[in-house]
Amino acid sequence: MGQQLLNGIFLGSIYALFAVGYTLVFGVLDILNLAHQAVFMLAAFVALALVADAHLSFWVALPLAVVAGGLIGVLLERIAFRPLRGRADSNISGLISSLAMATVFEAIALQFFGPDISRFPQDTFPDRVIRIGDATASLLQVLIVGIAVVLMAVLTLLLARTRLGRQIRAVAESPRAARILGVNVDRAIAMAFFLSSALGGAAGVLFGLAFNSISPDVGRGVELKGLAVIILGGMGSIPGAVIAGFALGIIEVFTVAQIGSSFRDVVSFAVLFLVLIARPRGLLGRAAAREA
Amino acid sequence: MTAAPRWSLPLLLLLASAACKDQGSQAPAPGSGGGSTAASGGGGAVIGAALSLTGAAASYGAQQRAGINAAVEDVAAGGGPKLTLVIEDDASTKEQGITVFQKFINRDKVSAILGPTLSNTASAADPLAQQAQVPVLGISNTAATGITDIGNYIWRDSLTEAQVIPGAFKKAQEKLKFKSAGVLYGNDDVFTKAGYDVMQKALADLGVKVLGTQTFAKPDRDYNAQLTALIGQKPDVLVVSALADNASAIVSQARQRGWTGPILGGNGFNSPAFIKNAGAAADGVMVGTSWNSLSQDAANQKFLAAMKKAGVNPDQFSAQAYTGVLILAEAIKQSGGKTGREDINAGLAKVKDLETPLGKFSFTQGRDAQHEPSVQQVKDGKFQIVQ
Repeated sequence: MGQQLLNGIFLGSIYALFAVGYTLVFGVLDILNLAHQAVFMLAAFVALALVADAHLSFWVALPLAVVAGGLIGVLLERIAFRPLRGRADSNISGLISSLAMATVFEAIALQFFGPDISRFPQDTFPDRVIRIGDATASLLQVLIVGIAVVLMAVLTLLLARTRLGRQIRAVAESPRAARILGVNVDRAIAMAFFLSSALGGAAGVLFGLAFNSISPDVGRGVELKGLAVIILGGMGSIPGAVIAGFALGIIEVFTVAQIGSSFRDVVSFAVLFLVLIARPRGLLGRAAAREA
Repeated sequence: MTAAPRWSLPLLLLLASAACKDQGSQAPAPGSGGGSTAASGGGGAVIGAALSLTGAAASYGAQQRAGINAAVEDVAAGGGPKLTLVIEDDASTKEQGITVFQKFINRDKVSAILGPTLSNTASAADPLAQQAQVPVLGISNTAATGITDIGNYIWRDSLTEAQVIPGAFKKAQEKLKFKSAGVLYGNDDVFTKAGYDVMQKALADLGVKVLGTQTFAKPDRDYNAQLTALIGQKPDVLVVSALADNASAIVSQARQRGWTGPILGGNGFNSPAFIKNAGAAADGVMVGTSWNSLSQDAANQKFLAAMKKAGVNPDQFSAQAYTGVLILAEAIKQSGGKTGREDINAGLAKVKDLETPLGKFSFTQGRDAQHEPSVQQVKDGKFQIVQ
């Protein structure tokens, strides 16, 4: 029981980290960035290349890969979203162009790393087991949960306390009002993409290391979970994504253990369905007021 | 990255056509004496071998070629019937396999065919041989159905998973004395599901109590929930039916969850890639195999010596290929030295308790292989036979 809870928290921390970035872009732009999973995947490959080919320590490779993820996000925004901004149908066209970018990113990964599963070298991370009560967790798992929580806390603080955070929130409320108040809207949006993709990239690196298998399609399964998490948490709500990420991880683990792996997604999406009936805007979704 | 480069197909065609020309100019068609069947006596039997020398199964094909070449030499040196080999590349594909079979049957007029490497190719190419009444001896096809049931000219010397697992589990139980098991299998893949069905029956036959059964899907990366549930029931062994990629992740995660006991795997584990990816976690994993590398039988020692001479690392695939040639030689002997297609097919039916590197070899009623399987266990990063 305790062990399964740990398994759930571990899985949930990766879902939450992925979904926080996903929901940040949605909160700012009201656009689903379907290339988020491809950034997740590419960052994992960047970390893999840095560790396996450039023989860097994981502690050097992780921040570099996270920054690379952020930069890919900026590129993504520049190519797939900015040219469409201001068009009446930018919600749908942005969705489609991000889907196209996801395909492009996957093709790039396919070209460089092949369709097979790639792995970190055996000794990338020390294989140490930590006992917590009667449950066990590897050092890696504990660190992953720790890194995920720290990154999510940093993002929350950044949005709440810094000038950049205030600018991003202002753009989320109303780009026009923000511009009138002197905010550089394009820059704020680019920074939101940088933060979002850096977190998505961090989730990818941690996922790749935790399960030690990375392939060009590795993000697809997580994307669907991430979507469920941000809907469950309330579109655009960062604390909601965190809570929903951990909840989904724990629900999945207990479903697999108690009912069977075939029912994992059935139960997850049934929960999503029921929550949406009770709270149509998700757990912590804001009221429609700011649409005005 | 595994996909063959774009230029490989034209190159292959070029090579194939060059090879055909060579064949025509060098040796006169062996069937020149009488009609469409191969000549009996005189020049000996022409044996066609369709092997995957390129494509996905290329690593197996290379081993098979080494085994076949060594066996033909050994048979000739031992005073057996003279065998003339024609080896062609089936490129690990059905299409190329069919082309090669047509060439063997119509142009080379072979007496018998060895191969093709993959069950998938065999299911497409073997019907041609059945129709032309040319005996085929599969040397690595392990799919339970769809091979030898094509017809009475199709044989194989490779055990199916359904034959290996029960024997392997029995040996493992003698060694480990386990009474209960936790089972994990992939329920979205034909091979792993079929493997699970065989395992479940084998465990029931041995009187092993299955404490829990869990499933996963091929794209899954996280097996912690399933493994925690299984390990919590405290079984004596973990039994896993999975493809190599999933298998290495499952074994790694099981060790991380504190499982130190033995793990019994299906055929998916039977791959050096599994050991490489699972690393130290693979130690103690047991898998059934059809070739006992440590067998002191004279036939096996002779095979090992031949492989050493050829500078090839022997494995199950080269052993089965080597055995295939021995079986064909025996079949010719059984039919009184006649090498017609009909004669060899009749001779194959008479092969019984033949001494081979795989052990004493016979065919079942259904033309499948019959011999004792072995169990190997991973120790210090290598498969080692459990005596």
